[in-house]
Amino acid sequence: MYDIAIIGCGVIGAATAYSLSRYEGKVVILEAENDVANCTTKANSAILHAGYDPEPGTRMARLNVEGVAMAKEICRKLDVPYNQCGSLVLALAPDEVPHLQHLYENGVANGVPGIQLLSAEQAKAMEPNLADTVAGALYAPSAAIVSPWEFALAMAEVAVRNGVELRRSCPVTAIEKTEDGYILATPTGEVKAKYVINAAGISAEAVHAMVGKPNFHIQPTRGEYYLLDKGEGTRVGKVIFQCPNELGKGVLVAPTVHGNLIVGPNAERVQGNDTACTADGLAFVSATARRSVPSINFGESIRNFAGVRANVDRDDFIIEETIPGFIDLAGMKSPGLSSAPAVAEEAVKILASHNALGTKKTDYKDGRKHIWFKHLSADEKKKLVAENPAYGRVICRCETITEGEILAALHSEIPATTIDGVKRRAGSGMGRCQGGFCGPRVLELISRELGIDPLDVLQDKAGTNVLVSETKQGGNNNG
Amino acid sequence: MKEVICICCPKGCHLKVDENNDYAVTGNACPNGAAYGKEELTHPTRIITSTVRAVGGLHPRCTVKTAAPIPKEMMFDVMKALDDVVVNAPVQVGDVVLENVCNTGVNIVATRNL
Amino acid sequence: MVDLVVVGGGPAGLAAALKAWEGGLRDILILERDKELGGILNQCIHNGFGLHRFGEQLTGPEYAGRYVEMLKDTGVKVQLDTMVLEVTLDKKVHCVSKAEGYQIIEAKSIVLGMGCRERTRGAIGTPGTRPAGVYTAGAAQRYVNMEGYMVGKRVLILGSGDIGLIMARRMTLEGAKVLACVEVMPYSGGLTRNIVQCLNDFDIPLYLSHTIVDIQGKDRVEKAIVAEIGPDRKPIPGTEMEFDVDTILLSVGLIPENELTKQAGIQMDPHTKGAYVYENMETSLPGVFACGNVVHVHDLVDFVSGESELAGAAAAKYIMDGPVPEGRVLTLETGADVGYTVPQYIRLEGVEKSVNVSFRVRRILHESKIVVKSGDTVLAQYKREHMAPGEMERIALPRVLLEKAPIDTLSVSVEEV
Repeated sequence: MYDIAIIGCGVIGAATAYSLSRYEGKVVILEAENDVANCTTKANSAILHAGYDPEPGTRMARLNVEGVAMAKEICRKLDVPYNQCGSLVLALAPDEVPHLQHLYENGVANGVPGIQLLSAEQAKAMEPNLADTVAGALYAPSAAIVSPWEFALAMAEVAVRNGVELRRSCPVTAIEKTEDGYILATPTGEVKAKYVINAAGISAEAVHAMVGKPNFHIQPTRGEYYLLDKGEGTRVGKVIFQCPNELGKGVLVAPTVHGNLIVGPNAERVQGNDTACTADGLAFVSATARRSVPSINFGESIRNFAGVRANVDRDDFIIEETIPGFIDLAGMKSPGLSSAPAVAEEAVKILASHNALGTKKTDYKDGRKHIWFKHLSADEKKKLVAENPAYGRVICRCETITEGEILAALHSEIPATTIDGVKRRAGSGMGRCQGGFCGPRVLELISRELGIDPLDVLQDKAGTNVLVSETKQGGNNNG
Repeated sequence: MKEVICICCPKGCHLKVDENNDYAVTGNACPNGAAYGKEELTHPTRIITSTVRAVGGLHPRCTVKTAAPIPKEMMFDVMKALDDVVVNAPVQVGDVVLENVCNTGVNIVATRNL
Repeated sequence: MVDLVVVGGGPAGLAAALKAWEGGLRDILILERDKELGGILNQCIHNGFGLHRFGEQLTGPEYAGRYVEMLKDTGVKVQLDTMVLEVTLDKKVHCVSKAEGYQIIEAKSIVLGMGCRERTRGAIGTPGTRPAGVYTAGAAQRYVNMEGYMVGKRVLILGSGDIGLIMARRMTLEGAKVLACVEVMPYSGGLTRNIVQCLNDFDIPLYLSHTIVDIQGKDRVEKAIVAEIGPDRKPIPGTEMEFDVDTILLSVGLIPENELTKQAGIQMDPHTKGAYVYENMETSLPGVFACGNVVHVHDLVDFVSGESELAGAAAAKYIMDGPVPEGRVLTLETGADVGYTVPQYIRLEGVEKSVNVSFRVRRILHESKIVVKSGDTVLAQYKREHMAPGEMERIALPRVLLEKAPIDTLSVSVEEV
């Protein structure tokens, strides 16, 4: 019997596990996919929003501002790529300027630090590549860019290090309420827990329906993106938003913590985790982004992708216990990523109110270090390679990722088991050749280190095998 | 008169071959084209390049080719014959890895050192 | 201090190092990131290489092997499994390897021969899901030819570049079914003979002016939807064809790999996506030369070797005789229907008898002429029966002609006659 079972290891589940791991007690995370954070957390704008969007007085407003401050500290402590570059919301016509005033007042009411309204000239001085149509801007210095995936991984890793159990490829298929808790059915057996936290993202409604009639409706909403090569990575220095509309915060242009430029998203309602890109969607994204930053060179695109966010039929996040012992952390639309650490603390409060938490651990092992060979100085590189020659072999040449870094990913607290798992952890294959050169080499390392037949090595999720057969099968050839 | 594109070199000459005149070729930029044009209509041939299983070398496969062109219709027979071949390193470029493949009179030779 | 550091041990680096040795340099070091010399030639196991250089048809590994053999008779040093991380303005080469650790090598001259990379799905923005089974043709070529693995059973090829055509044949011979090759342009990007021997031989259809408009499949590719492209370069509704495939191979262009070059502050040509070079393949950084696909993408390795020998000889000359003397510098401009030229600059003092100029045309031309002008003065004309963007053109400009240029600009243009 576990004290607490968390369903879903996206950024909300990971942050909750990280918070709960400070307390004595048996905690398990059940993740449906074969790796952590493989849905919404993997594919989004990678922005920590300052917090001027939510209506003042809402829970979302409070958790956004609190969460973004907590995220900054967590990223520092857990060595997660983070850059507080600030953001601008643009008025692209004089009639949008009043909306900036509205956001400014929201921001002040929500306690967003350092927020200010800029004239068109001030905005252009800050960001010379902005369109000439800019009529004004709202500047929020506390907005930041982050690696959302590593943010979730890092929190989950520390949780695991401190005793939380993580089960991957473990979807919950049914939930039974018992006298002293819940029985969760999974393909690998039953899991019993006193309390259940539903952090299942776009599946949160379906998970809730396993125990009772949901009182919310998740509407998966797809956003398509461009990721541009590093030559475009300095096109803007801050996150550039347009005035938001009812579907979301609109198309943004932003640098990424890895030095690329991200452009997107659009917003389209879809069924389930439909992450296909469409010609129309991408055309909309590029055309809309050019309204903010006309000089973006989309010829430098290295990848298109789409992510699905868990939009919901309520205005605020759903953090509640409508069924005793079953806590929903649902409807985590934007600014869900920014709010995640604060959302986790809300869950902690609910559990504490039940006296469901043990005492605080005295031997808690916090902190984390991620070695990026390319970011080291020449002397540090020299020293590292001398200590461990695996750092002397560059596997991904676009991103300068070494064998040492890939081995670290394959033997970490939550080890990578797939090519994309390695990519998300170590950064190999993220560059302009998109794994064309390093893919075969990473596959070889996975096979060697984890003892997996090359034919069974996956690109990402189950069924994404890279290779289908050997050549020259000799007498065994039956095809 | 048949039109054939010469594959002897990257130039890709558009050849005209006269079946009624002893396969006389026009449009060729060099003598190779004349020979190719005639052969392509009478008994077309191709060089096959492929790999064979290799043991003990830097790579698990060794690259090979037919030392001379083989009849075009036998391409897949030759590929099948390569399926069973295993070479042991060291291999030198030019080493015969399979003699007289499919009774064509042509050997399969290694195209690299391994 | 090393006389010459050659970055890359592919066909460009090998030819440059060899020629520099022949030119009298005795302290030459090749840095190669792979475990063996030869570069991409090692996976290009098909034949057709070396007709110009060796007068016979060689496979890629054989062509590379010839150079490696020739190199054995020299004192050129080679460091394998070594990645160059940075080349600085003062010609320090930062590199790293398991065996030697992190090194900073000071060079008197440098030849850059890093080659090129393939354009990816992201570069062309193909819509659809992102399942496994979409590979660049070169990545698939490595798996099939070197690692001994098949990447799919039912294959669609997007792009009719040579690597795509070659892989259509390779996959077919190895037992896969290649359903079609799809090319967005109205003409093929590959050599005609490869269409004959790689597609026609196996009855693989080539759809010109078509592209993939949707990739479907959750885990692995399940379907590719192909549509015809209209003159506005947009898909024509109603022309969609559905292909049940588990694999899509992309052969949609190559881009010179110039991160080191850019990092060193060397001036780049936006048309070639390589460095600007002078008549002897010297870049804007004196003593640093570039050659092969890192300068501009070639169709034939034979010409890579030729260009690289020029660079190697120039590096030797630079060390032994000093820089090219100052004098008149001509700038080459692209005229009508010419995409780029290499070199982009010609120093008359660097030209002995003549200089070769390579370029690509922007469209297919029949019965046409290449015109070299300086101002209004026509300096030279060359007749061609056929020119295509997929085939690099080369002309030789004699020095005596260059000296007649009334102004310091030359333009190269093509026109049908």
